[in-house]
Amino acid sequence: MKKVLSLLLIMTMIFALTTGCSSKTDEQPAENTTNQDTAAQAEKEEDNTLVMYTNAEFPPFEYFEGEKIVGVDVDIANEIAKDMGKELVVEHIDFSSIIPAVLNDKADFGAAGMTITAERQEQVDFSISYVESIQHIISKKDAEILDMEGLKGKKIGVQLGTTGDLAISDAVNLPEGDLYNSGAEVKTYKNALEASQDLLAGRIDAVVIDKLPAEEIVNGNEGLKTVVFGDISEAYGICVKKGNEELLNSINSTLQRLLDEGKIAEFIENHSK
Amino acid sequence: MTKLENFINSFNKTFIVEGRYKLFASGISNTVFIAFFATLMGIAIGIFIALVKTNAKDNRKLFILDKICSLYVTVIRGTPVVVQLLIMYYVIFVNIDNSILVAILTFGINSGAYVSEIARAGIDSVDKGQIEAGMSLGLDRKKTMIYIIFPQALKNILPALGNEFIALLKETSVAGYVPIIDLTKAGDIVRSRTWEPFFPLYSVALFYLVMVVGLTAVQKRLERRLSESDRN
Repeated sequence: MKKVLSLLLIMTMIFALTTGCSSKTDEQPAENTTNQDTAAQAEKEEDNTLVMYTNAEFPPFEYFEGEKIVGVDVDIANEIAKDMGKELVVEHIDFSSIIPAVLNDKADFGAAGMTITAERQEQVDFSISYVESIQHIISKKDAEILDMEGLKGKKIGVQLGTTGDLAISDAVNLPEGDLYNSGAEVKTYKNALEASQDLLAGRIDAVVIDKLPAEEIVNGNEGLKTVVFGDISEAYGICVKKGNEELLNSINSTLQRLLDEGKIAEFIENHSK
Repeated sequence: MTKLENFINSFNKTFIVEGRYKLFASGISNTVFIAFFATLMGIAIGIFIALVKTNAKDNRKLFILDKICSLYVTVIRGTPVVVQLLIMYYVIFVNIDNSILVAILTFGINSGAYVSEIARAGIDSVDKGQIEAGMSLGLDRKKTMIYIIFPQALKNILPALGNEFIALLKETSVAGYVPIIDLTKAGDIVRSRTWEPFFPLYSVALFYLVMVVGLTAVQKRLERRLSESDRN
């Protein structure tokens, strides 16, 4: 009986594996799937909603206020939805699951303070950048950690999948990295707040995260300071599925309008307390 | 052909690029390490509680200890392990730097509550006549428990303890909520680098499955060895 059951389980796994792979291959060639795309779009247009996926653990860009997700990206998304005459739906998900959700049409677009990188551009299309941000190092007030040199041999906290994570992990793990073999260690957290809690508890020495959340954290925690980390500047963009020109164009025109009106700086001001 | 190429490409991205297989390897070793020591700790706690509970019926001195044990079992079984882990890591054991140690303590304490019920059932499953037989041979209550009841109870609950280890092996997949690289977190890290959910997730599932199937085989052998002395 058990053997039959295990056999059944293995068969299910194999079946799931093959179907999983094939659906992925279906997605990859962007030109071939335009039919599907338009079908999916038509379906979405019918219910007249615009679905945005985000990771609401990244203040001031997106965070929970009570049960509602608010933040700079949500304000921007509201403007986009208004310009398109649609109703915005915001969903909270793991940061690393946003791009997969955009790829398989669960989300129309992803907006999560997402840095435009070459790696990500292989998978999705990005809008024009709407915020320039830089990486910061958060440390205790009495610590002397100001740059890459200072991070040598230290325990460094990052948020999984963020630019800070990618940069620091590469520096630690790759032979040509600046922190390679220096005894430095990367610890990945679900969000920057947990990393900063561990910093306060003394388990790690520094946290590398984007400028705005870094400032939020330091404002909320006595005894922490934040400094600009080198000059790795990054630009945030909104991601859409490759080939979805129509949506990308409307997003870009709204973003351009907001940038021209100085609205985005205003949103950031509003959400940074 | 493109399907095969895609498969190879995904495999390459998931395991080979930047030596990511090392991440999976350390993930597997951390998962097994945490599950193993947590199970040992759980068994120790569980047996202790079971002994307290079975003996509290006839021994008034154990009354308070019995109530404490009941409270522990109620709280631990009534709250999710992820919440317990977060509380342990960020509140109770905030002074312990070693996150793996915190995970072992959390999962061990968690497992202890479940094992205590298993162990109590095991002790109860031994025929009352065995106690009387032990006493009539001139052994005192404690010795009867240690030499007569307990070995028989242990044999009865061994399959359930094996299951507990297997369950714990899978339960540790939430360890990634704190900065520990267990098998699931290793998959998450790779996923956050490659932006491909399919390959890392199926690989992680397969690794767990292989470990569980292997453990089940070991458990079966052990049970067969122990049943050699059975009369029926």
